Amino acid sequence: MEGLVVIAIGVLTAAGLYLLLRARTFPVLLGLTLLSYAVNVFLFASGRLVVASAPLTDQGLERYPDPVPQALVLTAIVIGFGMTALLVVVALRALRETGSDHVDGGQA
Amino acid sequence: MPLPIAILILIAGAWLPAALSRALRIDAAYTTVVMVGLALAIVLAQAGQVLEGGTLVQSWPWMPALGLNASFRLDGFGLLFALLILVIGLLVVVYARYYLSPDDSQERFFGLLLFFMGAMLGIVLSENLLLLATFWELTSLSSFLLIGFWRHEPEARRGARLALMVTGAGGLALLAGVLLLGHVVGSYELTQVLASGPLIKAHPLYELILVLVLLGAFTKSAQFPFHFWLPHAMAAPTPVSAYLHSATMVKAGIFLLGRLFPALAGTEIWFFVVSGVGLTTQLFASYVALFRHDLKGLLAYSTVSHLGLITLLFGLGTPLGEIAAVFHIINHAVFKASLFMAAGIVDHETGTRDMRRLSGLARFMPWTAALATIAAGAMAGVPLLNGFLSKEMFFAESFQVQWLGSWYWLMPVAATLSGIFTVAYSTRFVHDVFFGPPPQGLPKTPHEPPRWMKVPVEVLVALCLLVGLMPAITVDPLLRAAAAAVLQAPLPEFSLKLWHGINLPLLMSVVAFVGGVLVYFTRRYHFDLHGYQARLVDGRALSEVAVARTVRGARWLVERVANGSLQRYVLLLVVAALVLGLAGARGLVLSGPVAMTPPDALAVLLTAALVLTAVAATVLHARRLLAVILIGVVGLVVSLAFVRFSAPDLALTQLLVEIVTVILLLLAMYFLPAETPRDSTPLRRGRDVLIAAAGGGAVAALAWALLTRPLDTIAWYYLENAKPAGGGYNVVNVILVDFRGFDTLGEITVLGIAAVGIVALLQGLKLDAPGVDWEGRPWAGERYPLMLRVLSRPLLPLALLVSAYLFLRGHNAPGGGFIAGLVTGTAIILQYVAYGSEWARERLPWSYSNVVAAGLLVATLTGIASWVFGAPFLTSTFGYVAWPVVGQFELASAMVFDLGIYLAVVGVVLVIIGRLGGLSGPETRAAGPGEN
Amino acid sequence: MSHLAILPVLLPLVTGSLLLFTSRLAEGLRRAVGFAATLALLPIALLLMSQVADGSYVVYSLGGWQPPFGIVLVADRLSALMLLLTAIVALASHVYAGDGQDAAGPQFQSLFQFQLLGINGAFLTGDLFNLFVFFEVLLIAFYTLLLHGLGPQRVGAAVHVVVLNLIGSALFLFAVGTLYGVTGTLNIADLARVIPALDAETAPLARSGALLLLGVFALKAALLPLGFWLPRSYAAALGATAALFAVLTKVGVYAILRVFPLAFGPGAGELAGVASPWVLPAALVTLAFGALGVLAARALREAAGWLVVYSVGTLLVAIGLFSEAGYAAAVYYTAHSTLVSAALFLLADAVARQRSVGGDRLDVVDSMPQAGLLGSLFIVAAVAMAGLPPLTGFAGKIMILDAARDSGLAVVTWSVLLSAALVVIVALARAGSALFWRIADAGTARPAQRRVPVRTLAPIGLLLASVVAMVAWGGSVTAYAWSTAGQLARPSAYVEAVLGTAADDRRSLR
Repeated sequence: MEGLVVIAIGVLTAAGLYLLLRARTFPVLLGLTLLSYAVNVFLFASGRLVVASAPLTDQGLERYPDPVPQALVLTAIVIGFGMTALLVVVALRALRETGSDHVDGGQA
Repeated sequence: MPLPIAILILIAGAWLPAALSRALRIDAAYTTVVMVGLALAIVLAQAGQVLEGGTLVQSWPWMPALGLNASFRLDGFGLLFALLILVIGLLVVVYARYYLSPDDSQERFFGLLLFFMGAMLGIVLSENLLLLATFWELTSLSSFLLIGFWRHEPEARRGARLALMVTGAGGLALLAGVLLLGHVVGSYELTQVLASGPLIKAHPLYELILVLVLLGAFTKSAQFPFHFWLPHAMAAPTPVSAYLHSATMVKAGIFLLGRLFPALAGTEIWFFVVSGVGLTTQLFASYVALFRHDLKGLLAYSTVSHLGLITLLFGLGTPLGEIAAVFHIINHAVFKASLFMAAGIVDHETGTRDMRRLSGLARFMPWTAALATIAAGAMAGVPLLNGFLSKEMFFAESFQVQWLGSWYWLMPVAATLSGIFTVAYSTRFVHDVFFGPPPQGLPKTPHEPPRWMKVPVEVLVALCLLVGLMPAITVDPLLRAAAAAVLQAPLPEFSLKLWHGINLPLLMSVVAFVGGVLVYFTRRYHFDLHGYQARLVDGRALSEVAVARTVRGARWLVERVANGSLQRYVLLLVVAALVLGLAGARGLVLSGPVAMTPPDALAVLLTAALVLTAVAATVLHARRLLAVILIGVVGLVVSLAFVRFSAPDLALTQLLVEIVTVILLLLAMYFLPAETPRDSTPLRRGRDVLIAAAGGGAVAALAWALLTRPLDTIAWYYLENAKPAGGGYNVVNVILVDFRGFDTLGEITVLGIAAVGIVALLQGLKLDAPGVDWEGRPWAGERYPLMLRVLSRPLLPLALLVSAYLFLRGHNAPGGGFIAGLVTGTAIILQYVAYGSEWARERLPWSYSNVVAAGLLVATLTGIASWVFGAPFLTSTFGYVAWPVVGQFELASAMVFDLGIYLAVVGVVLVIIGRLGGLSGPETRAAGPGEN
Repeated sequence: MSHLAILPVLLPLVTGSLLLFTSRLAEGLRRAVGFAATLALLPIALLLMSQVADGSYVVYSLGGWQPPFGIVLVADRLSALMLLLTAIVALASHVYAGDGQDAAGPQFQSLFQFQLLGINGAFLTGDLFNLFVFFEVLLIAFYTLLLHGLGPQRVGAAVHVVVLNLIGSALFLFAVGTLYGVTGTLNIADLARVIPALDAETAPLARSGALLLLGVFALKAALLPLGFWLPRSYAAALGATAALFAVLTKVGVYAILRVFPLAFGPGAGELAGVASPWVLPAALVTLAFGALGVLAARALREAAGWLVVYSVGTLLVAIGLFSEAGYAAAVYYTAHSTLVSAALFLLADAVARQRSVGGDRLDVVDSMPQAGLLGSLFIVAAVAMAGLPPLTGFAGKIMILDAARDSGLAVVTWSVLLSAALVVIVALARAGSALFWRIADAGTARPAQRRVPVRTLAPIGLLLASVVAMVAWGGSVTAYAWSTAGQLARPSAYVEAVLGTAADDRRSLR
């Protein structure tokens, strides 16, 4: 199980990084989205993995997952969402101001 | 009266002349004279005891942590310099009052002059070496402003910058030297430093310290090879030159040599470096001076040469040499100041300083001519004038060199040689300007200057005579006090007499005179002096080229490296992170002890799907729509993973955020160009693949190392206390709204700011939507599909119901304000998609930013409410209320907080998607209701 | 109980949110509200400072949850000083913006408050993840303020800044995850307690996390090679906001100064001094390159941007020594460089506004109605920045040189520091003489409508006055710097203040 998660994290990170290194705003946007998936899963996994359980103390489970990383990831997801939204609009504005969707503006 | 007052009057009062002349129409010069007079009075008040050999030290702590104290010292040497600075300063002020033209700002001039004077006084009155360095740099700075006084003249600006660069560099060297000196001695106070000469000279750092300090002194005193800034400083108004280059600025370096004499002097390296540099400077400059055609240029090089002489005398390291040095400091200051002033008068009255055009001025300004002649005589060392005495002492000392061995004759010969040149250029100064045929075609018809312009010159020339005729009664006590202060030891026997009998020094003088006069009057047989154009390497040209090159080099480098390419910066960041992460993990055993749980088919399948879609999205990212869809799939898989690994809240959140994000990306894609052109070469793509792979591998390795190791965390606390202390079974939610509610508050603030920022960015943004996609198909045949309309209408109330449910159960089961908010938000978005933003906004007329703000406020105020109960911010409480129908029901203050989150999220989703969606289609409006 | 410690966070939050509602109110009124809230931060910071001046710590546990389980705010000498600096710079920036720049776009007042909220929170929090949250708050506020007024330069710069910092945030989360995955805690003081106990087998993981964290902070502090984004974007921002941003880089510096001596200091066992091999060399490069950047600059704003890089380099040289003397120098220099760079940005903007054609370009000859006035202000700022006496830069330079004397790299450090200082002196002399001396005839000048208003002079004056004060009362300021350094060099007091002595028992509850 852990192996699979590790693979997933690795692939997501690699894909994200590659797209981040592109020259247009849109792929960079996609790259950031992928990278944030990777980060979230990584952060989540830092509390170790527990299968078929839930951080609900009324369930009387014998083993609970670590709720802290879950809370952190939730916060991270939300913040990431806000940031992505802003970046989208900045990208649109840049297209309007510089007439190009190149990350360095017009001089592409 | 404390000494620093004298300095303060000058520095802190530098603005007074300007202020008074503006406010009360008082001539700036008068104010200046009064202030300098006050400073002088303060110094003189202490003079008595100092002349008797006392040393006055006054100290106040300033920055003890640095060893930088406001401690001042007045001993013979300091007194001598203080008098030179203030007395000559006073004369310069009077002179300048009549020299400056009406369109020069006298206020500014005298302000700067006072500031400089104060800094100079500070140097000579400092007891603390760091304080000395402070004033030292202040003189560099203020001289920069003084030399650049005529800022409209390029020459002035260049000269000023040059002076600042050279002396500034020296200042830094000096600072370094002083810091080391203080480190060796254990204190920056001169009293200790001067007392620990043997310790310093024995210390391994001695050579380094010496070099650094000498760099400071030599740059300031324009010693070869740093002399070149001084002639160019002549672009300053003549009063400035007269002041900076006779008594002050350039003498600061000399002062330093004398000040640290007991601490540093007397070693072999000292002798060879100091006297070597001094000798070279003296010879070279006295020779060059002869070939200057500009009066001030000649005087400038003569100054350099005389400074060389003084340096040389200090370099000898013998007591008598040191006495001669101190004596010559006085004499040079006096005659050189008067000569500069005379040159200024000539310039002022004739309009030129070029000796090739000047001639026979004695007819027109006999009195000035007489004064100038006497002063020049002093410079040349004519008997009965002060210059003669110190020169004789120098000649005498030139035989007392211990280190030259069989080369002992070198020093006297060089001395005589430079004496010859000195006489020659002095003669030229007088003869070329004042004698010979009357001048032709001068800009002005020359005549005597105004009375008060001559007074300072007269005073100085009088001093030349008095000292020259009766040294024993005029200068002797001051000289002894000063020399003793330098030596910090009893003086050897010496007497200031005109007549020492026929001896070698006298012989050398005679040779110098005859030679000098011959050189001048037979010049036309050797070379055509007037036609001669000096072809020396000009230090300024060199240094300016150097600076220009550096600037060009810097520009080249900076623009190459910081080339404004985001791709490069991202690469740097990624690589840096890789390096740091890997360097940190060195010596890491990848796998830890913990065995991993067995994978199941579903998990394998999902991972495979995720890997495939992620890779596909990367490879096909140029096909933007496809890429977005694939990304969406990835997100779905991730949320499924969260389900699998027992994180229901996360799964829900991820799912909903995923939906909104995809809508967002689609909108972005709708406006952005549909295709991504290939900007990067295959090589570059290959490099990026490698970097990306390395990054992914590193992160994966990190994750693996973590997952295979045991961990004990603070989690137990939350699991134990969520219900009893937090009032909720859903630990994640309790953490979010209670244990770590502060994070959540920040989180929704981020959302709020994002909303505001987006509103601002969209203002007046009108993007023309491409009607067709990348394959030319029209985007939407029908703007608002019927099916959607039919379905979405009832969906809204349903969604609201669901979100209410999710919200209420959030504290105990998966759900909560955030998730509920997203549900509501997406439901409303659906209405947008179905009916268009215009229609929707008519039904939701309130400003979305206000919804966000309301959410923020509700959350914050809930937190503050706990203050009423004397509890810290965000302290929660909960109780149970019995509702009809629903029955026993829990109400937690954290839920109000959660309500804030709900509002904020709904508002943000509406702002982001609603307003962004509003861009498209015909009904675009610049700003929604109340959103500006 | 006293809620003083949280006011620097709550006041801007409430003010900012309230101002969001009032978009229909008169600009003047909203400006007044914003000004009042900004001004109020000054007494708050001073009060907090007076409380911690004796070396005590003000610990505020949010929601009443005991650390390390709840989030704590911790105020010590360092954070109090940073709050004070922020308050001063914010005040100057706000007043300057009041001269019309705050009307260049919507909701400036709110965004300004949110910016302060993020900065103050970062200076106060004692929790690693909460630090991340506040970083995000101040960053997104930074983006929006950078975009304030729009235009191609700003939007272009914003694209760079946003993308880079989003990657930075991802790094931050990787670091937090790693550290939590090893130590199982987020509270910095608790980290400091757990990390020394790590065995050689898990230590490398923590070290990796620590260095990633260093990378993140370095990016925020604009330490090269991660700081190339700064000059262009700061130059693109409006003068008022650029001045405020002068504090932002210091947040990164603060974070290094806060986290590393505390959690990875000498007592950190396997991880002791994990950052030492990295900071000093990078700082020297930054310092040198920054100086060259100043020399290469073609406009005053650009030069100011590179001066920020230069001073960050100088500052991190001091920190990179990881010694008490180094910390003291760093603390003093932080205060100095923040105030001076803020002043320079405002000054550059004022110059650009006074010159009719040239803007702040150095290669254009132009006239200024009040060259004298602005020139003298420039001299003060330049002298301070170039480290010439008697102003703060000089004292700071001495402290750094002193601190570096016994380090292994003493010779390199000294030569780089001093030669870079010379380069900056030359560069500023060139810039100054180009702008204020090489003046075209008054013919082109239209003084009447371009006189410098008080709104412009007051803030610059305030900043430079505080610089002068830092020298005039140099004794007590340096003393404060040293006592702060003392706290940083002996973190045990911090840990005890936050966790109490009973921390270990609480662990054994399990």
